[in-house]
Amino acid sequence: MASATAEAPAPAPEAPIQSFTVTLIIRRFDPETMDEPIWQDFDVDMFPTDRVLDALHKIKWEQDGTLTFRRSCAHGICGSDAMRINGRNRLACKTLIKDLDISQPIYVEAIKGLPLEKDLIVDMEPFFESYRQIQPFLIADSKPKGGKERIQSVAQRERFDDTTKCILCAACTSSCPVFWTDGQYFGPAAIVNAHRFIFDSRDEGSQVRLDILNDKEGVWRCRTTFNCSEACPRGIEVTKAIAEVKQAVLRGKA
Amino acid sequence: MSSSAARPAAAPTVPVPAPRRPAGTLYRGREGMWSWVLHRITGTAIFFFLLVHILDTALIRIDPHAYDAVIGAYKTPIMGIGELGLVAAIGLHALNGLRIIAIDFFSWGTRHQRLMFWIVIVLWVLLLVGFAPRHLMHVFGGE
Repeated sequence: MASATAEAPAPAPEAPIQSFTVTLIIRRFDPETMDEPIWQDFDVDMFPTDRVLDALHKIKWEQDGTLTFRRSCAHGICGSDAMRINGRNRLACKTLIKDLDISQPIYVEAIKGLPLEKDLIVDMEPFFESYRQIQPFLIADSKPKGGKERIQSVAQRERFDDTTKCILCAACTSSCPVFWTDGQYFGPAAIVNAHRFIFDSRDEGSQVRLDILNDKEGVWRCRTTFNCSEACPRGIEVTKAIAEVKQAVLRGKA
Repeated sequence: MSSSAARPAAAPTVPVPAPRRPAGTLYRGREGMWSWVLHRITGTAIFFFLLVHILDTALIRIDPHAYDAVIGAYKTPIMGIGELGLVAAIGLHALNGLRIIAIDFFSWGTRHQRLMFWIVIVLWVLLLVGFAPRHLMHVFGGE
């Protein structure tokens, strides 16, 4: 068989994908040499299909190796690279350059409300501390009925499906105006993960979690600004989940 | 790390200067966040109005003449415009309050919050369109 590549008429040369120069303005902070963060701008050559994370890589690898940020999987699963891009919390690995307004510089800064450590890195410990407090694990002390498994119907699983998608990136919690001013507030992410177990038919610790969240710093701090729902890179309806937990506290388990 | 001082200059320089202020950018929320901001501002304003209002009303038990003097002072155009602002603030706070109740107590509330915000704005504008001309006629037309 003749090689197909030889016979086929040369495909019309595809128009080369145009690259263009993008300006990123990054809020930088080095605790060893600075008292205050500063803004620094960088020009990078990018393709429309590149993501903000690619731009950060390009800067780090080609222009300034001291640029510091977290990333791991780079595909929206590990939740490491939540940052504020043009004033809104986004994952750098899920934000395409072409979806931003290129005629303007792109502002990139660390997420808000958690202690800034360096450049785009914040101390996530307060965030994980609230997560641990809501006991994010299955609590089931009783013997499973007739056997080894805790059977769950499709409808029962569907009840909490939305909140199983959380990747703990902190985009929601650090978009919450209440959390900015009151670091004691559990924050949307912790409530989302409590919701995931509160409405799990196999779980028996709902009341414990509802008691924890029926606190001055619990669900009642939520002011329904919907910043969390808008920031979530997994599209979780965060405010809806919080509202459901509020109702569960008021009326007993839903 | 000691290299932080020797940061290579960032590529050919840019016409866009980085902002001077070291502070972060203002978080750009959407309808939900801005409705909350407006709710806070109008709520605080209404609180201070009520504070003054209770004080001036209480004055009638102390000295009716002083009360008349205070109420007379309210009939100036500046206070008239202030009253327009008061009605605007209370109208927005009340309508958005209904929206928040719907969000908190109905399962469909959170999904339609954005639509409800715009409904609130439309109703609020209608309210002011009805109120403002009549009120301003009173304030500036001298009856």
